Amino acid sequence: MSAPTEAKEPLITPEMRATIGVEGRSTTQEVDRTMVRLFARATGHTDPVYYDVEAAKAAGYRDLPCPPGFLGTPIFNPGAPRMDPTAQAGPQPSRPLRRILNGGTEIEYLTDICAGDVLTSATHVSDMEETKGSIGDMLVVTSKTVYKRNGEVVAISTGKLIRY
Amino acid sequence: MAITWAEVQEGMSIPELKKNCSTQQLVVWAAASGDFYQIHYDDQFAKNTGLSGIIVHGALKNAFLGQLVHDWIGNTGKIKKYGCSYRGMDFPDQDITCKGVVTRKFEANGEKLVELEIWTENGEGKKTTPGTATVVLP
Repeated sequence: MSAPTEAKEPLITPEMRATIGVEGRSTTQEVDRTMVRLFARATGHTDPVYYDVEAAKAAGYRDLPCPPGFLGTPIFNPGAPRMDPTAQAGPQPSRPLRRILNGGTEIEYLTDICAGDVLTSATHVSDMEETKGSIGDMLVVTSKTVYKRNGEVVAISTGKLIRY
Repeated sequence: MAITWAEVQEGMSIPELKKNCSTQQLVVWAAASGDFYQIHYDDQFAKNTGLSGIIVHGALKNAFLGQLVHDWIGNTGKIKKYGCSYRGMDFPDQDITCKGVVTRKFEANGEKLVELEIWTENGEGKKTTPGTATVVLP
C-alpha cells in the first residue's frame, strides 16, 4: 500500500513564472586559436582543421573553426563574484530543492564560427516544468542562450537543468 | 572523402568513435571548457558529495558526440543542430563508445539534410548520453 498522497502546492511560484523570457545580462565570449586548439585537444579531435590555420583555410574556413560544443571563452573578470555551481539565482521554488543535475544540452548553428570571432550572448529561461521521477519531485528549467556576432545570431544553445 | 547525401541511407550506422578518458584528459577538458567543478578531478571531493568517485563531464561527452558526427561528415558537411541528454554517469578509465544511426534523410529549403540518433554507451552497453543531430550534406 502506498501512502496517501498529500496535495502539495506547485513547486513553481508566480514569481518564478515571471522570470520566463526575461533576458539576462549580456556576456562576451572570445573565440581564439589557442582555445579552439585546447578544446579540440581536450576532446581528442584528430582533424587538422582545428589546429592548423592553413588546413582550416584549405577546407574553406576563414580561420580555425569552433569544434562542436565550443562557443568561445567568456572573458574572465577577477572582480566578479565566484559562482557556486550548485547555486541558483532568482526566485526560489515553494519547497527547497537542494540538488541539481545538468539534464542536457543542444546547440543550433546558423553559420560557421571561427577563431577571431567575438560573440555576445544572453540567456533567458524559456520554460519551467514540474514533474515526478524516480528521484521524486523535479523541476526542469529550460534556458536558451542566443549567441550573436556583430548583431547577427550565429548559434542558439538550449540547456536543461533538473533540480530535485 | 567525406560522405555525400546520396550515399546515406536511413537505418545505416555511422562509424563508431571509441573514448576512454584519463583523469588527465578531464583536467585538460576543465581548462578548455571552464568547468572547474571538483567532482571531475578531485576524488575525495567527489566522494564527499556522495559519488563513487570522479565522473566524466557531461559536456565532454557532448563534445565526443560532436566529434563522432564531424568525423563522419568531414568539412564539406555541416552540423545544423546537435545535442544530448545526460542520463547516466561515466567514469575515468572506462570505455565510452560513441555511436550513431541515420533516422531520416530529407530535403528542406533547398538543403540536403540527415537526422541521426547519436549516443554514448558504457562498457555494459547502457546509453548514458542519448542525443540527436541534424546535418547538411553536399
